[in-house]
Parts: sequence; C-alpha cells; structure tokens
Amino acid sequence: MSSRDDAVDLEELFESSDEYDPVPRGERLRRWFDLSVLAPARVAINDWRALIGTIILGCYLVVGTVGVIVVERPYSDVAPRNAPPFQNLDYILGTDTVGQPIGALLVHATPAMLKMIFAGAMVSVGLAALVGLLSGFMRDTVVDTVLMSITDVIITIPGLPLVIVLLAIFAPENPYMVGVLLGLDNWPGLARTVRSQVLSIREEAYVEASKIMGLSTLTILRRDLLGQLMPYITINSALSSRRIIFESVGLYFIGVLPFTTFNWGVMMNMAYQNHALTRPDRLHYLLFPMVTIFLMSFGLVLFSQGMDSVFNVRLQARHASTTDGEVTADE
Amino acid sequence: MNWNYFSKRFGQALLTLATTITLSFVLYHAMPGSPAESLKNVILSQQAASGSGTVDLERLNRMVSMYTNIQPDEPLHVQYYQYIHQIVIEGSLGTSIYENKPVTALIFERVPWSMFISVYALTIGYSLSILIGSVMAYTEKSRFDSVSSSLIIGLNSVPYYIVGLLLIYVLAIQNELFPYGGRVGSNVAAGFNVTFMQSIVWHATLPVISMSMLGLGGALTMRGNAVRVLGEDYLRVASLRGLRRSRIATQYVGRNAILPMYTQFMIGIAGVFSSAVIVEQIFTYPGVGLLMYNAIQTQDYPLLMGSLIIFTSVTVVGIFIADVTYGFVDPRISAGGTDE
Repeated sequence: MSSRDDAVDLEELFESSDEYDPVPRGERLRRWFDLSVLAPARVAINDWRALIGTIILGCYLVVGTVGVIVVERPYSDVAPRNAPPFQNLDYILGTDTVGQPIGALLVHATPAMLKMIFAGAMVSVGLAALVGLLSGFMRDTVVDTVLMSITDVIITIPGLPLVIVLLAIFAPENPYMVGVLLGLDNWPGLARTVRSQVLSIREEAYVEASKIMGLSTLTILRRDLLGQLMPYITINSALSSRRIIFESVGLYFIGVLPFTTFNWGVMMNMAYQNHALTRPDRLHYLLFPMVTIFLMSFGLVLFSQGMDSVFNVRLQARHASTTDGEVTADE
Repeated sequence: MNWNYFSKRFGQALLTLATTITLSFVLYHAMPGSPAESLKNVILSQQAASGSGTVDLERLNRMVSMYTNIQPDEPLHVQYYQYIHQIVIEGSLGTSIYENKPVTALIFERVPWSMFISVYALTIGYSLSILIGSVMAYTEKSRFDSVSSSLIIGLNSVPYYIVGLLLIYVLAIQNELFPYGGRVGSNVAAGFNVTFMQSIVWHATLPVISMSMLGLGGALTMRGNAVRVLGEDYLRVASLRGLRRSRIATQYVGRNAILPMYTQFMIGIAGVFSSAVIVEQIFTYPGVGLLMYNAIQTQDYPLLMGSLIIFTSVTVVGIFIADVTYGFVDPRISAGGTDE
C-alpha cells in the first residue's frame, strides 16, 4: 500500500467522523493495549530478527547483573599466564599476559558498559525527542529557529574530536558520566527526524481536531504525538546504544579514557600493546573482546531492524485492525 | 541559485565556526582550576623536566598567553575578544607546549593527509552503499538481496577500528600485501614521481577501507528508498511510455531514492572526519587525528583545541560545499523548504 492511499483514507475518515461520539474509556484502553502492546509483541515473535536481538541483549543483561556475582572477579596470577583457550574449564577462554582469565575479564566489564549505554542512550534519545517535539510543534517560531540552529551546529562539529577534548579535560571515571558525554554529540540527527515526523503528523486530522478542541500543547504532545513517535524512539535508542559502544570501546582502546575499570576496549588495548597481532599464542586475548563487542552490537542492530519492521507492519495494519480486528504480518 | 538559501547556509557555517571557537574558549576556562592554573602546572612540569630553574608569575602569565592566546590577567570579555581576534584576524591558534611550534604550522602540515584518506573513504563508502543498495532493490527478495542484507547487517555491527585491526592482521601481517602503518615507504624519495605516489596509495588503502565501513550502513537505507520508489505509479507510467531502462534507473529511481539520504550523508561527513582519530592511531598514519592523539598524551591543550577547531572547519567547509551543490541537484531545496 502506498502512502498516497493512506492519506486519502484518513481524509475520508475525518470527514465521516464529524458527529462522532467519544469512545468509552475501557474500550479506548483495550484498543490502546491491542495496538501498542499486543500487536507489536505478536509481530515481534514472528519477526526472527527482533526475537534473536532481544535474546542476545537479554543475555548481556543477565551477564551484567547475575554473571558478575557468579564469576569471580579476576586478579593477576589466579591462573597460568598466556594459557590458550578451550583447554581448562576454570579459564575456558584462556588467560592474558598477567594470568587473568579472559572470560572473567569480559564478564566484569559488562556492568560498566551497560551503565554507559544506558546513560548515553537516555541522554541522546531524551534530548532528541525533547528538541524535535518542541521544535516541530512550534514550527516557524523563534524557538524552532533557535533549536534547529543549535542542532545544525552540533551535527556539523565532528563528534569524536569534541568528545575527546571533553574527556581530556574532565577525565571522567564514572561510567554514567562517560555515557552522558558520549551521548551529547549523538542526538541532533534523531532530533531532525523527530521534527520532520512531528511536522507530518501535526497535519493529520486528529491533531488538528485536538487543537480546535482547545487542548493545551503539552496535552497534545503527550497524547497524540509521543505515541506515534515511540517506534522511532525505540529503534533509535538501539542504534545510539550501538554507537555508544563503538565510541567508548574505541576510546578505551586507543587509551584516551582512563584505565580505571574493566572494559573490553582496555582489554583490546592491553592485547595490542602485548603484540597480540604478531604472536599467534596471544591472539585470543584480542579476539574474544572483539567477538563480545560484535555480538552485542549485532543484537542491537537486529533488534532495531526487527522493531522497524514491527513498526511498519503496525502502520499497515492500522486500518486493517479496525476493520477485521486481525493483525497480519507480511514478510 | 537562490541567494536566500545560499546566505542562510553561509550564515549557518559561520555560526558553527563561531560556536566552536567560543566552545574552546569556554573549555579553557572549564578546566579543573583556571586555564592559567592548569597550564602553569603543565609548563612548570615541563620546565622542571628540562631543568631550567624557577619562573616568576609575570613570565608565567606571558607564557600562558603565548601558548593559548588567553591573557589570564585581563577581564573575561577582554580575554574573549583577544582570543577571537588572534584566531580570526591573525590566524594563530597558539603554540604547542610540547613541540614549541605554532599550532597552525603543525596542523596544516598534516591536514592534506587526513583529507586524502577521509575524502576517499567517503567517496568509496557512499558510492558502494548506493550501488549495492540499488542492486539489492532491483533484485528484491532474490538470493543476492538476502545474502548482502545479512552481510551488511553483520558489517554494521563491527566497529570500523576492529575492521582495521583485522585488515592489519590478515593483509599486513599474515600475507604482507600491505604496509603495517605510516603514510609512505621509508626509502621512497618524496617528489612527483610514480613510485612515490604508488607508495602513498599503498599506505592509504587499509585506512581508507576501514573508514569507508562507516558509509556502508547507507546501503540498507538506499535499498528501502529504491524499493519504495520502484512501487510508485510514475515509474509504471515511465516504463509504459517505453523509456529506456537505463534512463528509468538513473533519472527516475536513482534520483528519487538518493535525495532523501542527503541528511544521512551530511551527518556522515562529520562522522568520517571524526573516525580519523582512532583510525590514524591504529595505522600510525600521521594525520591530524594522530596529532590530536599525541596532544592528549602530552596534555598539549593548545594543540588539542587547535585540532578541534581545524577538524570543525574542514567539516564545515565540506558540508557547505555539499549544501550548495545539493541546491543544484534538488530544486525544491533552493526554493526554500524547511520541512526536511
């Protein structure tokens, strides 16, 4: 179905609903639940990408919370040095040059990583949603102009050099703080997307209707727009999380961030400094952190892709579900 | 060309530059302690290392102002005015504390090398993503489509620096096809000759490949856009009119599918220049990124701020050129639309 058909349908809907009684609250709640919880969940289970992505991310969450308690904190020389992987069950991924089990290092780096991602994604997506919504809703006002100018300026300033200067000056050690700094250069792209979405949604009949009814801007934002934008926000949280991982691990790897915590990037740096690339017996020390990073970002990418198709199906099924109450996923 | 559009873009570029310069000024003052304090500490420790006795306060202030363009004993607004005056009118970004040379000289010697690999990475990354994306859309639901879709999703999950490390391992260490690092062979004489240029290209290949990974994600967007355009009615009309396939592919599908990716490209320019810091460090490629990295290691704040300002200027110029040329490609933009 093309978007042009969609627009025509909506206009007809608007015209025919001139003398329409409001739907009772219970019915509205049931419909809301069906549309925003049941339908996506049903499609998500059918969409293998969303399913696998969620499972992978769930594993990391378990490792970052329960795994830290189960697996002992690694110290130097708890195991023989430079042990190859898959030889001994106590250090199944082998050990590094000072005798720390690599598996344990990977596990104990996870919580800080999760905190970093959480803080970074919250900051970038939150700022983006706030700026995009405000600016889209106050289109062609001073607020819009100012916000969009700021957004364009930040889009243009290369993120990594800026973050590096900030990190060099403030040298944060708290993972939340690192995440916030990394998230700061991440929001403008999404803010622009949200704004253009708002601009197209606010032309739609029901937002127009809310305005005529005299509802406040805040209520309209909350009730009509945020719900429509949730899918974008979910998808982009996953994508900006991936970016936070890439950037933070990269900065730990080149040694810009202080080596105070366990981190996959720190492990890669140590391995690289210890010539893991040229000495085959040390290669695993570099390889396993790489695989860990890959799997986590793979989970995030799959999740965002899966959510994207869930969202698109929902859009397509929006009319279908009101006519025959059936959500069908076309693949 | 619409002058209103042009001047708006130009104003935007100037605003970005002014913001960055202001930001670097603010950051000097946001350093733990005042800029004077923290720089004095750095200078004192350097002095102590070289063993040249004590320094009195006035001389210290003079040195701080020489290095950073900030006069610590003046009031704030005077400092700010002088700082901007130094950069804009005199073209001075201060003096490197570690190397004791003007920051501008250090950076401009390296800018061409960074530009070289970034521009090639951008071009290759985006052309590849557009090409792969459109082929995928044309062969929608074929084996090629599903295989390359999964491949690109996989590549999207690998950070570009890990690609760089793997390239070094496979192509430079295991097979010795490419050099490990540097920008030119050590025994190649500089000059306008074939061996020199070959050596430059040879050394740039691996960094360029690993940076161009950043652009590849665009292939999926391109695929989506092209699939959407392929379903449009005007395309059917075009083929019913008996237009050549190649004309339909470039004029109808290509143009309409690429235009929405504009914003993504623009953000990509900043992203590719950003990645220079990590990529140049891995490949020990002496560009601005490596300079910046060294500045962090030696706490050389003037050089650090200077690199940030230069990085931003280069990106601003790049985006400005893209903006202006885009006006020619898409007439709707120069007509002054604000929705995008």
